[in-house]
Amino acid sequence: MSTQKQLQVSAIENGTVIDHIPAGSLFAVISILGLDKIPNQITFGANLESGKLGKKAIIKVADKFFENDEINKISLVAPHAKLNIIRNYEVAEKKDVEVPDEIIGIVKCFNPKCITNNETVVTRFRVEDKKNIALKCRYCEKITTRQEILMING
Amino acid sequence: MKNRSLVSINDYSKEEILRLLDVAAEFEENTVQPVLTDKVIASLFFEPSTRTRLSFETAINRLGARVIGFSDSSSSSTTKGETLKDTVIMVSNYADLIVMRHPLEGSARYASEQSSVPIVNAGDGANQHPTQTLLDLYSIKKTQGTLENLNIFMVGDLKYGRTVHSLLMAMTHFNPTFYFIAPDELRMPKEYRQLLEKMNIPYYEKTEMDNLNEADILYMTRVQKERFSDLMEYERVKNAYILQNSMLNNTRNNLRILHPLPRVNEIHTDVDANPKAYYFTQAENGVYVRMAIIAMILGIK
Repeated sequence: MSTQKQLQVSAIENGTVIDHIPAGSLFAVISILGLDKIPNQITFGANLESGKLGKKAIIKVADKFFENDEINKISLVAPHAKLNIIRNYEVAEKKDVEVPDEIIGIVKCFNPKCITNNETVVTRFRVEDKKNIALKCRYCEKITTRQEILMING
Repeated sequence: MKNRSLVSINDYSKEEILRLLDVAAEFEENTVQPVLTDKVIASLFFEPSTRTRLSFETAINRLGARVIGFSDSSSSSTTKGETLKDTVIMVSNYADLIVMRHPLEGSARYASEQSSVPIVNAGDGANQHPTQTLLDLYSIKKTQGTLENLNIFMVGDLKYGRTVHSLLMAMTHFNPTFYFIAPDELRMPKEYRQLLEKMNIPYYEKTEMDNLNEADILYMTRVQKERFSDLMEYERVKNAYILQNSMLNNTRNNLRILHPLPRVNEIHTDVDANPKAYYFTQAENGVYVRMAIIAMILGIK
């Protein structure tokens, strides 16, 4: 790599680096992407110094290239995450995450009286507000806001 | 509408609502139309609701169909721990249409995804109760001759009242002016006020129930004690939202008073004899509207 700074997390030859994850969202990102269930080599750093975020986290997944649909799921917990696609130790491509139109199966509805919290139902939300995050439940039609988001543990 | 579930009032377009109200008027004209003698309709009431259930079952009987089901989850397999999904899949193998009332919000949408036959939502917790909204619209159209350009006064619990929210949504098709009369703690939620602003529909908010002389429709709801976080506040306002006959003196001749029922004390009994009181006829209209809904979903009308 061209940078002279010392790397806080060692480099990978091929794969994806997910940078600028808020420090508190590291394990949520790991869970949403199912990184705890894949055989790839994964290195991550938590509570690293960051000019932008104060404390940030970074994840490097070797030999893994995410589909946009898959990676956009993390936008709920890491809206400013940056993706670096690494090929042969070089950054081949940079990507931002985008909030998708629909969120399926990763977020709990905040409404305790919703059918999805009382029976085994895959949750589905339409994203009504991408900037501030407002998720409208397909079933009970209530809005779950950013502060109310709870992840379903995969 | 044929073969489609009715879960939320938003599932129907303006044109579909108007067509349904026309068919309901036909049924009122001639209630003996046994057009569904070969049909079996399931009436699944996971929580008791005598008024809604009797209205549906009357509609089903007047259409000549047979009704199966239960009126309380204690007499269903739910007590054995059966999931809603399994109950709905099983019943949809027996019946041509399912009418369902359930205490959990979103249960009707979920049931409609599992069922092989259409679901008519007869209330899913505090969420939706579209057949109530349709009978409210029918009552407004019948008494006013139109749904367009009316002054709709809504009184009482505008925060939690699902009937006022659904009626508000449905009326946005018809260029209304709204007057919301509620205590501060129970005012119309921001999401609905913002929606009206976005659609350029005028509305006024008041805490006092005075000056009703502009109203075409006065939609009363119950102010429930358990909705208040501050009981002192409840004691202070509880009598402010009770309609007395004397308050109707200078009101319009075409004014009609609606209420989803059951009433407790928010409409004084001295109003009942006033020709502007319409709530009991409103409930009767529910039968014709439900006949129309069932007949149209089963493709008869």
